[in-house]
Amino acid sequence: MVALPTKKLEAWRYTDLRPLSAVTFGAPPAAAATPDLPDLPFPRFVFLNGVLNAALSSGFAYAKPFVPVEGQGTQPMALINADYAQDGINIEIPAGQDAGELLLISQSDGITPFAFHPRHRVKLGQGAKFALIELNQGEGTYWQNAVFEVEVAEGAKFQHFRLQEESVEAFNTTTIYADIEGQGSYEHFTLTLGARISRTEIEANLLGQNALAHLNAAQLLGGTQHGDFTTIIRHKAPNCPSRQTVKSVLAGKAHAVFQGKIEVDQIAQKTDGYQMSQALLLSPETEMDIKPELQIFADDVKCSHGATIGALDEEQVFYLRSRGIPEAEARQILIRAFLEEALEPVTHDASKALFEEVLESWWTKQ
Amino acid sequence: MLEIKNLHARIGDAEILKGVTLTIPDGEIHAIMGPNGAGKSTLSYVLSGREGYEVTKGEVIFNGENILEMEPEDRAAAGLFLAFQYPVELPGVGNANFLRTSLNAIRRKRGEEELDAVAFLKLARAAVRQLAMKEDFLKRNVNVGFSGGEKKRNEMLQMAILKPHLAILDETDSGLDIDALKIVAEGVNALRDEKFSALVITHYQRLLDHIVPDVVHVLAGGKIVRSGPASLALELEASGYAGLEVA
Ligand SMILES: Nc1ncnc2c1ncn2[C@@H]1O[C@H](COP(=O)(O)OP(=O)(O)OP(=O)(O)O)[C@@H](O)[C@H]1O
Ligand SMILES: [Mg+2]
Repeated sequence: MVALPTKKLEAWRYTDLRPLSAVTFGAPPAAAATPDLPDLPFPRFVFLNGVLNAALSSGFAYAKPFVPVEGQGTQPMALINADYAQDGINIEIPAGQDAGELLLISQSDGITPFAFHPRHRVKLGQGAKFALIELNQGEGTYWQNAVFEVEVAEGAKFQHFRLQEESVEAFNTTTIYADIEGQGSYEHFTLTLGARISRTEIEANLLGQNALAHLNAAQLLGGTQHGDFTTIIRHKAPNCPSRQTVKSVLAGKAHAVFQGKIEVDQIAQKTDGYQMSQALLLSPETEMDIKPELQIFADDVKCSHGATIGALDEEQVFYLRSRGIPEAEARQILIRAFLEEALEPVTHDASKALFEEVLESWWTKQ
Repeated sequence: MLEIKNLHARIGDAEILKGVTLTIPDGEIHAIMGPNGAGKSTLSYVLSGREGYEVTKGEVIFNGENILEMEPEDRAAAGLFLAFQYPVELPGVGNANFLRTSLNAIRRKRGEEELDAVAFLKLARAAVRQLAMKEDFLKRNVNVGFSGGEKKRNEMLQMAILKPHLAILDETDSGLDIDALKIVAEGVNALRDEKFSALVITHYQRLLDHIVPDVVHVLAGGKIVRSGPASLALELEASGYAGLEVA
């Protein structure tokens, strides 16, 4: 196996994978229980312990058979994936088609530790539309190391909403490569609640004029959880906007990371890049690392980034209390408000409703 | 009835209130005027229980209870309401939700039944109309993106719904246009009865044209240096505060 990256690598400075390398992963055990599937009226692919379950999945007109990997990608995690990938979805939406929604469900049951490396492909033809809603859940110890290869042709629109609610003993590393042609858009949102250690890493290439990338995330972590959201957006054509809002709520001894790099090529004039990271720290033992990086070679660009890290605003707490709201409830209201705002980038109603439900139950567990 | 007796309070090392004594009987409206930095907002915060103020001497009795020992939320339930000089923005918190949560929290503490969403909305819509506010005020986030005057009106909306026994209005008139000023005054006057009292902090006589106070106090240098009838405000408007601080 390709070696796991260590903290000596600049891109992995804040994420320590030693707990992952300490685990010996065997073959996936047979899936025991039937998972609780969401009540959404969309076609679906259901993977149990990393293996596609035909009985629980439904047909999808635009699905093609899985194709073995040809080894795209240079990230260490993608290289490992390339060595082991055995399954994944392969979606091709023809030009001009609106393919609606598809659910991608991964349910894992790590009675004994196992690893799986899904390799997913999503390809949209010119002017096509598609929304992928991903639900990753499970119990016990396992490692999901997924790769997505995404191609968005001219004028196509791909929305990708992910819920990462893996077991708190599990590991999730997901690497996404997205090529976006002119007028095309890739809208991404990851809601991270699960896993002992997780990392979502996205490389988005804006290849034609007015191509757009929205790479947003919210991380809600407690205990000793570690969540990492790392992105590189390459502006390779003029007039491309990119937007990023990353919100983290950290409790216990949780540790969150956001590394956001924006590269602007010399020809990418009128680039409009925006990056915002906000973290709400609910305990003094949490850690938030934010690393924005701008590499700009064009002269007429607008790139901004901002970050706020802090506890709740006591002024706001007092305002609520002065209106009769007990202190504990006042704090809850403010945390919820922060979370509510974190879901703002989710422009897809069904996904948003699903995420709100998940937040609600996360909340009641805190 | 509110009785403030020889109240001393400090922020850090700075003593701001240096022996405030003031009684507001039920049914009365008192105004406090005084120069910038005199301690008027400090007094309103100490009364409503904001953290960061150390009361070093004196007491505050509200309807027979020593409120200085009480949490801010319990003071609110006891009927105290502060209209903030600078209302706080709450991004992500809807105004209607906020109001209903407040009202129900107070009702719960008082052992009253909570209002359901329908009953609450009826009440809130009526109050919004009374204050000539736009309907969408209830849907927006608390004070976020509100103009200065809209924020003050929102304070009045909260007051109208929570129906306090004692309202402290800290410069609610600042930043209000003439129509809004009248609406605020109407809001206060609508609550006026033998059980309701108010402490109106202001720099301007014009509010007191509409809310006629029973007594006007001058707070300067952390103390009440003069008290008198409504006409005192007019007198101050003409002469200023010069000479008052060393009473
Ligand atoms: N957090 C603080 N730390 C130190 N000093 C403070 C603090 N807050 C207020 N003060 C000081 O306390 C004094 C009284 O302030 P306060 O806000 O009560 O005045 P005010 O009478 O309301 O004035 P204004 O008419 O301008 O609203 C001022 O000198 C102010 O600078
Ligand atoms: Mg003041």
